[in-house]
Amino acid sequence: MSNTDIIIHDEKDNVGVVVIEKISPDQECNCWIMENDKSISIQSKDEISLGHKIAMKDLNEGDTILKYGHDIGKVVKNIKKGEHVHVHNVKTKKW
Amino acid sequence: MEIPKSFLGYKRENGRAGTRNHVIILPVDDISNACAEAVSNNIKGTIALPHSYGRLQFGADLELHFRTMIGTGKNPNVAAVIVIGIEPKWTKRIVDAIATTGKPVEGFSIEGVGDIDTIAKVSKKAQEFSMWASEKQREECPMSDLWISVKCGESDTTSGLASNPTVGNLMDKLEPLGVHLCFGETSELTGAETVCEKRGKTPEAQAKFKKTWNDYNDFILKEATDDLSESQPTAGNIAGGLTTIEEKAFGNFQKIGGCQFIDVLEPAEEPTKGAGLYFMDTSSAAAECVTLQAAGGFNIHLFPTGQGNIIGNPIEPVIKLTANPLTAKTMSEHIDVDVSKILSREMNLSQAGDELIKSTLRVANGRLTCAEALGHKEFVMTKLYRSA
Repeated sequence: MSNTDIIIHDEKDNVGVVVIEKISPDQECNCWIMENDKSISIQSKDEISLGHKIAMKDLNEGDTILKYGHDIGKVVKNIKKGEHVHVHNVKTKKW
Repeated sequence: MEIPKSFLGYKRENGRAGTRNHVIILPVDDISNACAEAVSNNIKGTIALPHSYGRLQFGADLELHFRTMIGTGKNPNVAAVIVIGIEPKWTKRIVDAIATTGKPVEGFSIEGVGDIDTIAKVSKKAQEFSMWASEKQREECPMSDLWISVKCGESDTTSGLASNPTVGNLMDKLEPLGVHLCFGETSELTGAETVCEKRGKTPEAQAKFKKTWNDYNDFILKEATDDLSESQPTAGNIAGGLTTIEEKAFGNFQKIGGCQFIDVLEPAEEPTKGAGLYFMDTSSAAAECVTLQAAGGFNIHLFPTGQGNIIGNPIEPVIKLTANPLTAKTMSEHIDVDVSKILSREMNLSQAGDELIKSTLRVANGRLTCAEALGHKEFVMTKLYRSA
């Protein structure tokens, strides 16, 4: 088994979590989907640290971020596949 | 792994069992702290539980104060209790309620006597209790004598990926053995509240959860000057990669595995519907939450952390686990169980759950937790509103 760089909770999710110390721009990353034990790969666009999220597809302003197969917030700035997803481009739908 | 059937605990007069054998000096109010701490300095084997409140409280807030005091004294991890208050009336109410367990308890009031004579008088009684408790032996107790509470803190995305699901795996394995289980953190279920509500075992439990969460949310909407974005997620959560309260909530929720909750408890309320999982209405601040769960009668606590929360409790041992390999390395003196190998896929969830069960039993049998060895004994009262 090759090393896992990114773990995705659910097949429906449009973000994954970096599980190594960091990934570099243009790195070819191995992703593991926990729900169905499938492996896929993605090319990163940003440097992303352990625990931080990467976009698994292009996302537009107003789109919903899915993690655990559930709605965890909305996109407030367009995000390209492979970019860092965090407080600069995603906000809560609560409050 | 075959799950052990028993642990070594202290059997108490009321049929419960403790994982610890503390003699506590419990001040009723803030101004009795000095006296309680002086006694615990005098008499070895006793521990004072100073806190900030207990004067001029009223209504539901006062009732919660009493419930927390009384529940702490009744907890089976406590062998004997000394209660000290400025006035005799509230002191007596707490003493009488703790006495229903059958354990040794005695109350003292300071007014009309002064600190110095009170300390002398109380020290004599505390010495008697401490020496009596020191002869108690651990005996074999069924697993169903474990009352396990859970709460996570300084969470990051590794909490939702691995350390919280490890706790969930333990719950799935221990629930059939008749263990009492408790989760709380009303605020940190925001975003997952409708999914959590459906985990109620009965329509009554579901309705009670819905009302509890709605009441909390109404309070937030009324009191918050802006929103909770400054507090939920915290700066530590955000540094760890958590972006929104919803993401934090779904991670948090992994702690209960596939279990359903049978009832919703008030803060510090003792469960009365038998073995199984309970939800307790608590703050998500670590020390407040664990203090309330200990007062509800829980005798061992599991605390998954991502970025490295360091909390402990004076009477309920707090076992920390993390799946964050950096935290496991940089804060190793705080971490009882390292499950970071889940992230590198060298360990699966079931193996991690087994490791956590083994560590929980070692601590139940008497091994000190990291927080105990480091002297963490955060005892923090939950205050509902200002005093009169």
